[in-house]
Amino acid sequence: MTGKERIARRIAREFKDGYYVNLGIGLPTMIAGFIPAGIDVMFQSENGMLGVGGPPTEEQADPDLINAGKQPVTEIPGCSFFASEESFAMIRGGHMDMSILGAMQVDEKGNLANWTIPGKMVKGMGGAMDLVAGARRVIVAMEHQTKDGGSRILKECTLPLTGQSVVHDIVTELCWIHVTPEGLVLTEVAEGLDAAEVQARTEAKLIVSPELRVMTVAAAV
Amino acid sequence: MNKVVQSADEAVADISSGSTIMLGGFGLCGIPENLIAALVRRRITGLHTISNNMGVDGFGMGLMLEAGMIASHVGSYVGENRRLETLVLKGELDLTLIPQGTLAERIRAGGAGIPAFYVPTGLGTVVAEGKETRKIGDRTYVLEQALHADVALIKAWKGDRLGNLVYRKTARNFNPAMATAAELTIAEVEELVEPGELDPDHIVTPGIYVNRILVGASYRKPIESRFIQSGGAA
Repeated sequence: MTGKERIARRIAREFKDGYYVNLGIGLPTMIAGFIPAGIDVMFQSENGMLGVGGPPTEEQADPDLINAGKQPVTEIPGCSFFASEESFAMIRGGHMDMSILGAMQVDEKGNLANWTIPGKMVKGMGGAMDLVAGARRVIVAMEHQTKDGGSRILKECTLPLTGQSVVHDIVTELCWIHVTPEGLVLTEVAEGLDAAEVQARTEAKLIVSPELRVMTVAAAV
Repeated sequence: MNKVVQSADEAVADISSGSTIMLGGFGLCGIPENLIAALVRRRITGLHTISNNMGVDGFGMGLMLEAGMIASHVGSYVGENRRLETLVLKGELDLTLIPQGTLAERIRAGGAGIPAFYVPTGLGTVVAEGKETRKIGDRTYVLEQALHADVALIKAWKGDRLGNLVYRKTARNFNPAMATAAELTIAEVEELVEPGELDPDHIVTPGIYVNRILVGASYRKPIESRFIQSGGAA
């Protein structure tokens, strides 16, 4: 199992029946494949759809039916379509139970940076700033370190922020971190690791929860 | 009342250089491809565009960019357009990136007679720099201004000669809001039907917002991203 799959499987276990969830582009999109049996979750796509289904076959692909990553998707029974202003009204208005996004950096205050590298990368924030400002719970799903081994969980973000004190939880292939007013609390570590090993790969200071436990990932669906 | 024009070229014939133009669509989904092609044939320049994205290299608004027609752009995500990234990094195009929901609401406000409004989005980020903030209850909000345009170019699925429009699936996106926020709104549709054929309960854009309507000559509708992430149905 890859690190990304471990992250996706662990987050899928957080879903409760009846949740409305927005999945960010990339790694978070994978989570849809690991929903536990008996749990009905409605996925929202900010380009204007509730009830996003899995990927279509090549023949089924409809250019008028895409997700926010511009990938073709399918409809589930009971899905609905709406315009962008309505889509963001439901996001900004606090109607999404959960928003799961990727990140370039997160810090001890729950600040998130994931939209630009000044002078290097011009892409844009898309709907990320709206999602983190409006969702009831914001989970960052990302690989623990950069490709060259640098920390992504910092004392303070150095890149321009997407949102200030907006992150509730950080999930990586190594651990689950809960953001609190006191700082980052390590609540789960991957099997075979201990808190010291996770801390060694993290710039931010981690407060080890007295109830620290092993991070279990869901069994294959 | 008959708002039908016969071609995209006729529809955009009086749009002048230097105009502010809203263009509907999300990525390449629900974009007014025929109107964009007609604008490119006119070769007007110095345009100020407002659109969530900027097409891709070689299609959609990417064609306007390659023809050197765009002076400034307001959008939320331009990651699929390498040419744009290069122009911006060289300082040759004035790009303003704003959160997607704020963009949508600023356009909606523009059409709804609301000059400005407060949102929580972007507080503590570069988006809020230089903007008025205000504490309401226990949260601080950023004041955002309405957006207007000289022209809105939009794409719908079906319409009638009165300008009533319905959309299809996720191709709706920014089109209905933009239809309300410009001096001149031009809609291209895949099918023109007789007044009364569209169920009045299903009309998304009432004809009052639309000045001109045409049937697009053809649609390419490329799918931008064929890459499907692993994982099955939701």
